[in-house]
Amino acid sequence: MAEGKRTWDKEDDLPVYFGRPGTTDQVPRQKYGGMFCNVEGAFESKTIDFDALSVGKRSSRSSKSGSKRDISQEGRRDSEQGSIGTETGSGGLDEGDPGIQIKTAAGKEILQNLDEVESDRLLIKGGRIVNDDQSFYADIYIEDGLIKQLGDNLIVPGGVKTIEANGKMVIPGGIDIHTHLQMPYRGTTTVDDFFQGSKAALAGGTTMIVDHVIPEPGASLTEAFERWREWADEKTCCDYSLHVDITHWSDSTKQEVETLIKEKGVNSFLVYMAYKDLYQMTNSELYEIFTFLGELGAVVQVHAENGEIIAQEQVRMLEMGITGPEGHVLSRPEELEAEAVFRAITIASQTNCPLYVSKVMSKSAADIISQARKKGNVVFGEPITASLGTDGTHYWSKNWAKAAAFVTSPPLSPDPTTPDYLNSLLASGDLNVSGSAHCTFSTAQKAIGKDDFTQIPEGVNGIEERMAVIWDKAVVTGKMDENMFVAVTSTNAAKILNLYPRKGKIAVGSDSDLVIWDSDAVRTVSAKTHHSATEYNVFEGMELRGAPLVVICQGKIVLEDGTLHTTQGSGRFIACTPFPDYAYKRIKARKQMAVLRAVPRGMYDGPVSEFTPMSRGGTPAASARTSPTKQAPPIRNLHHSGFSLAGNPAHRGVPSEETPIRPAGRRIVIPPGGRSNITSLS
Amino acid sequence: MNDRRGNWDKEDDLPVYLARPGTTAQTPRQKSWGMFASVEGAYENKTIDFDAYSVGKKGSRTPRSDSREVLDGDSFSETASDVSEVSGSVISSPGDREDKTPGVEIRYPTGKEFLQGQENGKSDRLLIKGGRIINDDQSFYADIYLEDGLIKQIGENLIVPGGVKTIEANGRMVLPGGIDVNTYLQKPYHGTTTVDDFYQGTMAALAGGTTMIIDHVVPEPGGSLLAAFEKWHEAADKKSCCDYSLHVDITQWHEGVKEELEILVQDKGITSFQVYMAYTEGFQMTDSQLYEAFTFLKGLGAVVQVHAENGDLIAQEQHKILSMGITGPEGHVLSRPEELESEAVFRAITIGNRINCPVYITKVMSKSAADIIAQARKKGAVAFGEPVTASLGTDGTHYWSKNWSKAAAFVTSPPLSPDPTTPDHLNSLLACGDLQVTGSAHCAYSTAQKAIGKDNFTLIPEGTNGIEERMSIVWDKAVAVGKMDENQFVAVTSTNAAKIFNLYPRKGRIAVGSDADIVIWDPDRIKTISAKTQNSALEYNIFEGMECRGAPLVVISQGKIVFEDGKLHVHQGMGRFIPRKPFPEYVYQRIKTRNKRMEMLGVSRGMYDGPVYDVPATPKYVTPSPSAKSSPTKNQSPPIRNLHQSNFSLSALSYSTSYIFPGEASRQLEGYNNTSKHYKHTAIIGAQIDDNIPRRSGHRIVNPPGGRSNITSLG
Repeated sequence: MAEGKRTWDKEDDLPVYFGRPGTTDQVPRQKYGGMFCNVEGAFESKTIDFDALSVGKRSSRSSKSGSKRDISQEGRRDSEQGSIGTETGSGGLDEGDPGIQIKTAAGKEILQNLDEVESDRLLIKGGRIVNDDQSFYADIYIEDGLIKQLGDNLIVPGGVKTIEANGKMVIPGGIDIHTHLQMPYRGTTTVDDFFQGSKAALAGGTTMIVDHVIPEPGASLTEAFERWREWADEKTCCDYSLHVDITHWSDSTKQEVETLIKEKGVNSFLVYMAYKDLYQMTNSELYEIFTFLGELGAVVQVHAENGEIIAQEQVRMLEMGITGPEGHVLSRPEELEAEAVFRAITIASQTNCPLYVSKVMSKSAADIISQARKKGNVVFGEPITASLGTDGTHYWSKNWAKAAAFVTSPPLSPDPTTPDYLNSLLASGDLNVSGSAHCTFSTAQKAIGKDDFTQIPEGVNGIEERMAVIWDKAVVTGKMDENMFVAVTSTNAAKILNLYPRKGKIAVGSDSDLVIWDSDAVRTVSAKTHHSATEYNVFEGMELRGAPLVVICQGKIVLEDGTLHTTQGSGRFIACTPFPDYAYKRIKARKQMAVLRAVPRGMYDGPVSEFTPMSRGGTPAASARTSPTKQAPPIRNLHHSGFSLAGNPAHRGVPSEETPIRPAGRRIVIPPGGRSNITSLS
Repeated sequence: MNDRRGNWDKEDDLPVYLARPGTTAQTPRQKSWGMFASVEGAYENKTIDFDAYSVGKKGSRTPRSDSREVLDGDSFSETASDVSEVSGSVISSPGDREDKTPGVEIRYPTGKEFLQGQENGKSDRLLIKGGRIINDDQSFYADIYLEDGLIKQIGENLIVPGGVKTIEANGRMVLPGGIDVNTYLQKPYHGTTTVDDFYQGTMAALAGGTTMIIDHVVPEPGGSLLAAFEKWHEAADKKSCCDYSLHVDITQWHEGVKEELEILVQDKGITSFQVYMAYTEGFQMTDSQLYEAFTFLKGLGAVVQVHAENGDLIAQEQHKILSMGITGPEGHVLSRPEELESEAVFRAITIGNRINCPVYITKVMSKSAADIIAQARKKGAVAFGEPVTASLGTDGTHYWSKNWSKAAAFVTSPPLSPDPTTPDHLNSLLACGDLQVTGSAHCAYSTAQKAIGKDNFTLIPEGTNGIEERMSIVWDKAVAVGKMDENQFVAVTSTNAAKIFNLYPRKGRIAVGSDADIVIWDPDRIKTISAKTQNSALEYNIFEGMECRGAPLVVISQGKIVFEDGKLHVHQGMGRFIPRKPFPEYVYQRIKTRNKRMEMLGVSRGMYDGPVYDVPATPKYVTPSPSAKSSPTKNQSPPIRNLHQSNFSLSALSYSTSYIFPGEASRQLEGYNNTSKHYKHTAIIGAQIDDNIPRRSGHRIVNPPGGRSNITSLG
C-alpha cells in the first residue's frame, strides 16, 4: 500500500526514535483539570468492562433479526467476520453475540465484485440506524448508490446481497471536512496522495473528504482548482469536494471566486491570518473578502493565527538559539490563535458573514468560539483529530523526528487537558465539526527544518483515526451520545457544505455512504498498520475503542474483514451549492433587520470654524491598499500634494513642520441669515 | 469669564440646539441591564434624603474639634456667621441641613485680610484642622500642616508656628487632589486648537477637584517627538495653573523614534507613551510595529498606552456608512461599533502578554472592552483600563439626537456606547478594581469646530469635555449609590494614577512629605452641571443638566488655596512640570519577576541524522522569513540561517552535484505519480549540507555514511 513506507519496514520494528508518544522526558508543567475535571490518564486504562455497558440492546434485537433470517438462508460465514482484522477487545462476548454476515444470493462468490450489476443492490438487515437526531432499528435497501428503502419488511428484488448487521450501529459515513492530500510543497508533495489518503479515510469510516486547494499566491484560483480536480478524479476512491484557499486578494480573484461558486461547485474558501508575506491577509482584505463571500453565500473559513506576531516571535526564538520543534510551539502560543479567532469573529460579525474556524487547537481559541456563539455570532469551530486526540507536550521530545512529526499550525497545545476540553465542547455543540487536517510529510521531508523549526513542513496525520478518536475520547467516556457523534463526524459537515441530506444522513434518497460501526472493537494505532504512507503516526500506540466493521461507499462495500476493496478514481466530485441553510438562514434574517438608517435632521447652519483642509484621511480609500505586503504611504500625503486650496498656505505646512498652536487665529464664521434656524427643529 | 464664550453668552440662555441631553427622540433599542441591575434613571431622581445617610460621622467629630478651639484662640461663634455666608454662595447646597452641621472655615490670625495672598510669605503655611483624611487604604481624623507646598505634619495637636492660616474642616473629607491622566488641552487640529488651552483647562480641572493633569503630546506623524514635547512643555509651562505631566503619543513608528524615546525617558521625565491601533490615515500601527514598540518601551520601563480600536475595519465601515448616505454623527458610532474596540483591546493585551509588557488601555468606552480587560486581568495579564468621564457619566444614545450640534458634541473615539447600561457597568468595574484609573479625555472643540464635519461625520473633530466633572461624576455614579467606598474613590481618581505613572507617594496620597495637593470634599453638595456655569470655554456640556452629588469645597494645589467659595484663585503658569521615572513598581514589579521566570529553553537533543529531503531551487513555499519585510523599520537582524549560508561552505556542495538524478526531477513534475518515488536513498559523504540552501531542482534523500538514526535515538 505504501512504497514510501518500505524503507522503514525492512526493519522488523519501527525505528527506535518513533517510540510511543507520551514518554517524553521534558514536558511543560501540567495545568489544572479540564471541563469534566477527570483524572488525567484515567481513560487510558481500558480495564473497565465496557461490554457490560454497551450491549444489552443487542439481545432485544437479535430476535428480530433472527426472525428475518429466512429471507436469505445462505451460508453463514460465522465468527471470523465478527472481528475485522482488529483485536476485538470483546473477547468475552457471550456466544450468542452475532457478528456481521454478508450473504450473496448467488453462490459463494467473492464478496466484492464491483463491476457486476447485482452488486449495486445491497440490503442491510437488522442494523440500528443512528442519525444525528435519533436512532432506530430498520433495514436499508440500497440501489444505484442511493438509499432506496428504509424500514421493516422491505420488498426487495431477488438476488440481493445482504448484510446481516445483527443490531450493530449503522451510521452515515464520516465526512472529513479538512484534508490536504497530495499537497505540493517546495517541489514535492505530501506522501499521501489522493489514492493513499482516501484509502486511509475509508479504512477509518470516512466516506467523503473535502480537500483544500492551495493556489500559489498570485496564481489563478480556477487553474489550481482544475489541477486539484484532475489529481483527485484520477485517484480518489471516495467522494470528495474541495475548498479553495484564497491566498491573495484582488479584483481578478473576486471574479474567479464568483465563477467557482456559481459554476464549479465550491462553496467554502479558506483565508489565512498567518504566514506573513505569503498567504496572510490584512484586516482590510479580510473585511472585503468576508463581505464579498457573504453576499455570494459562501462559507468563509479562516486559518486563525496572528501571523505578524508569529513572525516576530520566530525571530526571537531563533535569536535565542531555539531551533528545534519546541520553537514552533513557543513561537505560536495559543494566545495568538485565540486573538486571531477573536478578530475573525469580530470581522465576520461586522460584515454579517458566517465564519468557520478551521483547526481549533487550543482551549482558549475554543472558548472564544463558544463565547461568541453565546453572543449570537454565526461561527463554527472545527477541532481536528490531532487536537482531539493528543497534545503538544511531544514538541519537547528528545527525539527530533518525533517532535517534528507533531509540527502543525496552529500547533497542538502543550496543555495536556486540551483534548478533553475540546471533546467536551464538541459534545456540547460549541464546536461543530471535526476534520483531520491530514497533511503528511515523511520524516525526511520534515527534516528540511532540522536546523530551523520555521522550515519544518507543517502537518499531522489523522484522516484514518478521526472517527475512532472521537468515539474513544468522547462517546466511550460518556461525554457524547451516538447521535451527537454522527452530527460532529458527518451531519454538521454536510449541512455546512450544503450537501445535507444527500450526505450525512441515512434517509431514503440519500447517498448510500454507510458505516457499520463496531463500538467495542479495540484497535491500537500504529504506523505499522495504518493505511497512510507516513512512517510515523502521531497517535502511535494509542488504544482506541470503536472502529468501522463495514464501510459502504457509493453503495459498494469497500471495507470488510479489515480489507479494503477500492479502485483508484472511483470517487466523484460532489459540487456544493452556496447559501447553506445551516449557516445562512440566520444571516439572511439579520440582513433584513440590520438596516442602518440616518437620522433625519435639518442642515446644520450654525457657525463653522475655518480649518486647514488637510482632511485627516476622511473616507478611507477602501480597496486602494490591498497589496498584501507593503503598506501604502499614508493617504494624507496624497491629499497634501493635490489639495492646494487658496486658504492661508502658511498653515498647511509639511507635517514635519511645527503646527502652530495658534490661539489667536480662530475665527467663527456666521452665516448671513443668523444662526440656528433649522438646527432648532428638535 | 472668557472671551471665547462671549459669542454665545450674549443671549440669556444657551442656544436652543444645545438643549439638555436625554431628550432625544430616536434612541437605539435598550439592551439588558447592567451588573447592579438598577432601574435606569433611578439615580436621576434626587429626592432621596441623602443627608440622612452620609453624615453621622460628623456628629461624633464636632465635639473634638470644639475641644481644640482653645489652641487657636479664635472663637467659633465669630466665624460661624461667615460659614453660613460661605455655604450660601455655593451653587446649590442643600438648604435644609441641620443647623449644627458645620461648614468649612478659613481663619487668619491677623485680621480679616483677603483670603488669598499667594505672594504673601505667610500663605505658604496652612493648617487644615479637624478633617477626615481619606487615603486609598484608610480614613482617619487628623490635622494637616502644610508648608512650602509639602505636607509637613499629620496628626493631632500639631505644633505649628504662629500666624498660620487655618482651615477648619469640621470633619469633612480631606482627599488627595485628583489626577486626571488623560487630557488634550490645546491640541491642534487642522490648524485650529481646542478651545480649552492649558490655562482654561487647568482652571476647570481645579474647579472640579483635580490638582494634576497628564496631557497628551500629539506629534505630527513623522514629526519629531522631542520637538513636539518641547512645544507642549513650553505651552503648558506658560499657562498651566496646576501641576502637570505629559504623555507622548507615538504617531509613527520608525527607527528614529527609538532614540527620541530614550531621550524622553532618560532625560525628559516622560515615561508613558500612547500608541494607536486606529486612524489608518496616519497614526495606526501594524501588529508588527506594536510588537516592536512594546518590546522597546518595555525595555525602557515605560508605560505603554493603547488607543484600542481596529482602524482597518473602521476605515471599511466608514466607507460603507458614508456610501449608504449616513453622514451625521450617528455614522460615527455606527462605523465604530464597540466590537471593534474590544477586538483591539484583546489584541493589544495579547501582544502585551507575548512580550511580557504591561498594557494600559486608554479610554475604555464600552462594556465589552471593559470585560475583556477584566478577563485578561483574571488570567494574570498586567493590564490597566482607564474609563473616562464621558463613558462613566453618559452614553451614546445622543448620537441619534435630532439636533446636529448636540449629537456632534458627543463625538469621541472610541465612541460612547449606545447601550445605556454602560455607565453603570463601567462604574461597577471601577469599584471592584477591574478598571483602575479615570481620565477625562478632555478635548474640547467648539460647536463651530465640530461643524467642520457637518456633512461628513469622519471630519468631526473628536473629543468631549469632562475635566471638571470627573470627580463629581465618579462620586455620584459610584460612591453615592453605594458601589464604591470613599477609599476606592481616592484610589481610582488619584492614587492608582500616581502609582501607574510613578508619582506615588509624592502625589495621590496624604502623607508627610507628599505634595500639598489636597481637596476638601463635600459629599452632600448637589451641583447641576451646565455649560453656563462651567469653567471650560465650551458653549456646551455633554453632561448638561445632570445633577451630581459631591463636589470640592476647597482645593489646595501646591500648598495654596486655589478654589474656595466656588471661586478660583489662580494665575497662569503656576503649574509645574512633574518629571517621572521609568519602571513604576506598581506596573513593573510583576513584569520583572516574570522576566526571570519566563526564560525559554531549547531542548537539548542530538543532531538529527536521518534522511533529509532536499529542497529544490527557488522554493515556492518558503516559510515566511520573519524579519525580512516586517515593517518600515529595518532594525531586525537577517535570519540566522543566512549567516550559516555564507560561512558554511562545505565540501558537500561539490559532492551533491554529482549525485543528481537527472530523470527524477522531470518525473516529479510530470505528475506526482506515486509518493514513494519521491525518495531515493543516496549515500552521500558530508551530510551537514545546509538544507535550506536552494541548490538545484530535483530532490534527494541524503543519508549519512554510518547509516541512520544514531544520535536521534537518544531519547
